[in-house]
Amino acid sequence: MADSTPQSCDVAIVGGGPAGLAAAVALRKAGVASVVVLEREAQAGGIPRHCGHYPFGMREFNRVLRGPDYAARLVARALKSGVDIRTSVTVTALNPGGRLGLSTPEGAAELAAKRVLLCTGVREKSRAARLIGGEKPGGVLSTGALQGLVYLNHQKPFSRPVVLGTELVSFSALLTCRHMGIRPVAMVEPASRVTARWPTRLLPKLLRIPLLLDTGISAIHGGSKVTGVDLVTPDGGTRHIDCDGVIVTGAFLPEASLLRASHLAVDPASGGPDIDQFGRCSDPAYFAAGNLLRAVETAGWSWAEGRRAGNTIAHDLKSSLPEPREGLRLVMASDALKYAVPQRVAYPAGSPRSTTKIQLRVTRPVEGRLGLRIDGTELWSKPLSAMPERRLTVPVSMLPDGRKGTAEFFVREQAK
Amino acid sequence: MSQDSSSEVFDVAVIGGGVIGCAVARKFALEGARVVMLEKALDILDGASKGNSAILHTGFDAPPGSLELACIKAGYAEYLDIRERLNLPLVRAGALVLAWTEEQEAALPGLMEQARTNGITDIQPLTAAEALKLEPELAGTLRAAFRVPREHLIDPWSAPHAYLLQAIENGAVLRRDCEVLGGIYDGVAWRLETSRGGVQARLVVNAAGLYGDIVDERLTGRRDFHIKPRKGQFVVFDKTAARLTTHILLPVPSKTTKGIVVCRTAYGNLLVGPTAEEQEDRSVAELVPGALAALRRRGEEILPALAGEEVTAIYAGLRPATEYKDYRIRAHEGKAYITVGGIRSTGLSSALGVARYVQALAVKLGLPAQPLAEPVWPRLPALTDEGQRDWRAAGNAGIVCHCELVTRREVEAAMEGPLAPQTLAGLKRRTRVTMGRCQGFYCSAELAAMTRDRLAVAMTETADG
Repeated sequence: MADSTPQSCDVAIVGGGPAGLAAAVALRKAGVASVVVLEREAQAGGIPRHCGHYPFGMREFNRVLRGPDYAARLVARALKSGVDIRTSVTVTALNPGGRLGLSTPEGAAELAAKRVLLCTGVREKSRAARLIGGEKPGGVLSTGALQGLVYLNHQKPFSRPVVLGTELVSFSALLTCRHMGIRPVAMVEPASRVTARWPTRLLPKLLRIPLLLDTGISAIHGGSKVTGVDLVTPDGGTRHIDCDGVIVTGAFLPEASLLRASHLAVDPASGGPDIDQFGRCSDPAYFAAGNLLRAVETAGWSWAEGRRAGNTIAHDLKSSLPEPREGLRLVMASDALKYAVPQRVAYPAGSPRSTTKIQLRVTRPVEGRLGLRIDGTELWSKPLSAMPERRLTVPVSMLPDGRKGTAEFFVREQAK
Repeated sequence: MSQDSSSEVFDVAVIGGGVIGCAVARKFALEGARVVMLEKALDILDGASKGNSAILHTGFDAPPGSLELACIKAGYAEYLDIRERLNLPLVRAGALVLAWTEEQEAALPGLMEQARTNGITDIQPLTAAEALKLEPELAGTLRAAFRVPREHLIDPWSAPHAYLLQAIENGAVLRRDCEVLGGIYDGVAWRLETSRGGVQARLVVNAAGLYGDIVDERLTGRRDFHIKPRKGQFVVFDKTAARLTTHILLPVPSKTTKGIVVCRTAYGNLLVGPTAEEQEDRSVAELVPGALAALRRRGEEILPALAGEEVTAIYAGLRPATEYKDYRIRAHEGKAYITVGGIRSTGLSSALGVARYVQALAVKLGLPAQPLAEPVWPRLPALTDEGQRDWRAAGNAGIVCHCELVTRREVEAAMEGPLAPQTLAGLKRRTRVTMGRCQGFYCSAELAAMTRDRLAVAMTETADG
């Protein structure tokens, strides 16, 4: 990067992963002149950069790619589209009206953008945040850290780790281990079932790794390196197993620290920004897309969200979107419902630039009916069969146009 | 040191590189002594000084008339005096002592009287309403409080690093991975036997913290006290939680502990802790999920808005408590030996005061003092937002730890010099890398690459070997 970071631009995109890069390309294609992607890592591409396995890219490139190749293609396409990608630039503050505080290798800087799109993604919940006890030896890694070490550095942090979690990313961790000749001694899951979908769950059997359900980790042992863990067994007892590392996978959280430290409204339920169906934040100069909105969807889903956000912002720069505060706020009226994204709908809801789906999540496995009511009147209900780790969508068109106030989503559970 | 210095007779050997040992080494070095520090671990600050609540105490609640109080007051004053020259942080937070029950409320006047007896005369009694006005996020069940304006927050690691660095830059020698196994005093000098050979010194200061009684026994043949490690677990919340309180929130203390504190850290996080759990083991401070969850709940009882905040880090430390209440600092007549023991939980505040006291004892034992005319004053890198952080400066080579905004240049600088770390833990204490909310999700790979072949304990073994 020869020249220094610009002081102003049309659209600044915070985060150069699949969502941010897709948005940048869409903006350029829509004729927006200056689109700057701010990426804090030394290379753009986001998390797929260090997922050295398949399958990425079906939706975006009509072929199956490994993560790093997929990331490289996203970057190449953005550069070809005339996107200004600034790497090793960290956004340190989101100020009202689209003014960003930055840290660059040349020191602190500011960037004033007409619109800002936040695509800061997710991170895995750390061992600390899970309050796992014991000591603090080296060799306790998230999947992200493991993949960085293995795929970017070609290092082998351990050879016989325990894997905590059974999400999609947990199986990605198994593939990463296999790549480096690491043989996990067990895969443990506190819940009674595997989180990820079939056929991923066949992987431990294929790799001959014991899968222990109803089992948690209560303590990690070791001085400078892990020597073992204490497992909480299904009968409530404790069992020690020897291992030399722990991979703490999944339980993703939106990487929302920048957002939380800013003037923008945050939805405590999703952990992401409070947005309307255009992806617009409480300050209309700011938009958000990708996994920052909620944890966690695939790279392809985030890419599609980013592309849509890019188109919306391009539209907004030419002619403004509906007034942000005129519309419905979506409220979860059942403890079985965790959150809805977007959190509010501006009118007219049927604007072509709008997302077409409201994403909902449940807090536990639910069978019954999902419904919507406004002012105590039930508008509709439909059959519901949902798991907490799966997205559930409701077309925006199922919200009544022109209503203001709050709309309550509720669940009527089937008697068991 | 590369040269063989086993034949050199040092003026002072300081055993133990905790905050006390570092301050003592600095004091003797500034007084013109040739100092050697012997630390059994791979890095300094690896024992009791590893985990504390990072408060610079006034001593308002210390036992009146105690040596602890005298050392806290002297240490507090000297910290304020030297911190700008060493570039050490100070967050002028002030503390509130909070009463939540009738019993605690009844104890407040006595505590305030004790504070005044201890010379802390600027305390202010507060009604619940007044306290809530100062700290609106406090739970409404508060009954009463008083304010101690000069309780402050400091950085528990840059302070001792600065003390030892100043000692080294004024001639002191650091030997790590160097455990004292025994020794003989021949009337002129000690011949210490260590895991890395012999060391000779005219005076020995035992600042071995959690191993103080063991070192006393190895060198003097007796123990005047017994270390009873007291574990303290802490939960650290993310930086957005720091807005929930300005003050250090202290409970009414019980007989054995200051109780659970809620306060910001100099780095802009919020911590809740410590627990107080007696144990036998001197080296392992186990984190216990139930205790951590209880700390989190206690934090939420005090600041209800904490419920929505993320936990960034968990840690546990061991305080070197003894069967006695006060510090155990004493010169052994005829032995040129000083024990600095039982510095249980106020060591960070008192260290500089302890060092003065120890140096005065050494003079009485006959060690001459010849203060350096122009001592070197190293400046520590600014790690708190109060200082000019490197990420704001040109030429920082980019950020490696995104959560704590640590630059490559800061990591490189920390990896150089006489106090370069030999472990990742040491690098963390010097730079704060991986200490943030992601706990290494993003920066582990890059740090492993940057520190390859440069740490005694590698972050990873390499794939090819």
